[in-house]
Amino acid sequence: MRVNLNVNGEDVTADNVWPGESLLYVLRERLGLPGSKNACEQGECGSCTVYFDGVTACSCMIAAGQAEGREVRTVEGLAEGTGKGGDRTLGVVQEAFVEAGAVQCGFCTPGLLVQTDDLLERTVGAPGDAEIREALAGNLCRCTGYEKIIDAVHLAAGRRAEEAGSGS
Amino acid sequence: MEFLRPSTLVEALEARSAHPDGVPIMGGTDVMVELNFDKRRPSALIDLTRVPELTEWGVDGDRTRLGAGVPYTRIIEHLSGRAPALAKASRSVASPQIRNRGTVGGNLGGASPAGEAHPPLLATDAEIELASVRGTRRVRARDFYLSFRTTALRPDELITAVLLPEAAGPQQFAKIGTRNAMVIAVTSFSLALDSERRAVGTGIGSAGPTPLRSEAAEEFLEGEFDWEDGRPLSEAVVRRFGELVASASRPIDDQRGTAEYRRHALSVMARRALSWSVTDYRKGSARCA
Repeated sequence: MRVNLNVNGEDVTADNVWPGESLLYVLRERLGLPGSKNACEQGECGSCTVYFDGVTACSCMIAAGQAEGREVRTVEGLAEGTGKGGDRTLGVVQEAFVEAGAVQCGFCTPGLLVQTDDLLERTVGAPGDAEIREALAGNLCRCTGYEKIIDAVHLAAGRRAEEAGSGS
Repeated sequence: MEFLRPSTLVEALEARSAHPDGVPIMGGTDVMVELNFDKRRPSALIDLTRVPELTEWGVDGDRTRLGAGVPYTRIIEHLSGRAPALAKASRSVASPQIRNRGTVGGNLGGASPAGEAHPPLLATDAEIELASVRGTRRVRARDFYLSFRTTALRPDELITAVLLPEAAGPQQFAKIGTRNAMVIAVTSFSLALDSERRAVGTGIGSAGPTPLRSEAAEEFLEGEFDWEDGRPLSEAVVRRFGELVASASRPIDDQRGTAEYRRHALSVMARRALSWSVTDYRKGSARCA
């Protein structure tokens, strides 16, 4: 079957979709967006987290057909700037993960970036440790680099507050 | 495999009727796992996410009508006051991403005895609305669970809503697991005190082939509890309540825990839920006075 959806602001079409396949499979194998990672395929690890109509979800647990007409934002859509590749720069959350050393093998990173972006979008003021741990409870890091990840979230939250404060 | 995308309840019921071996899918948090792991190949997926009647909640007389497809996140946001036990249970479901998608309808359809929604639905005497092209009926939660993963749902029916009585007293939910998130309950317990009907409701999860109640514990507490002022209960009464709850369970040994541990944990959770509820009840009566 054919599925029409909007991914990272662009209307796209996936063809020859098997009705039982997941949105994750469509993104990676049919639309050439391998940022969302396929690890557990059962919602345990959070590596495939995307925004689905503005709400974060594990894309491995969304049937492809459920994405018809919906808006999806993947980790590829977190980079700021215009167009495909070219002049895009990393977003605040991405920069913070790099700087804080929150990326080890990198497999869990895309899901953590999307879920952190969502946490900071939803939070007024700076999130505390407990709030961060709760928001990221569904994202597993098998390198166990959680302390650096939490550092990165604090760093990103601070940067966003500075940006908001400077009115840019 | 067909993918059906009804956009009204009538279309959804017709699709269900035409495809009794199809699988309804809402949040996908159970169904997609089975598909991803090749455990299930239904003839059709019936996507219910575009049916407005299933994804809304509202007031129905003196009850809350919760569409079967309202995700846990929205229950937590909107129903913490109207349905405290269900909202507490919703908070304990998996992770934020799963709570954004998972629904009470899915919990009822899958009917795992470990589903978080079941104990609160039993304790608060909720009703479950089932619809088909033949009509709509409502079944009390206590009559819904028949045997292991088998419910009163008929092959041509969809679970459309749950009807939640307005909370008329404290409601609690407690759950045991190895960590705070992403845990299938080792066992869980819900308690509701109804000051108007002077009734006690209990619900036991993950300690038997189906979710269970303890009628003996309910009757015992209805007789012992001071419904006027909510005076603290004696230790003996609290302990007896815990024992009665534990003895209503029918647990087994499995990878998440032993039967003996589950009975022990249930008696502890029941005592704690009762103590929290009595404290809340006294605060509630103090406000009314």
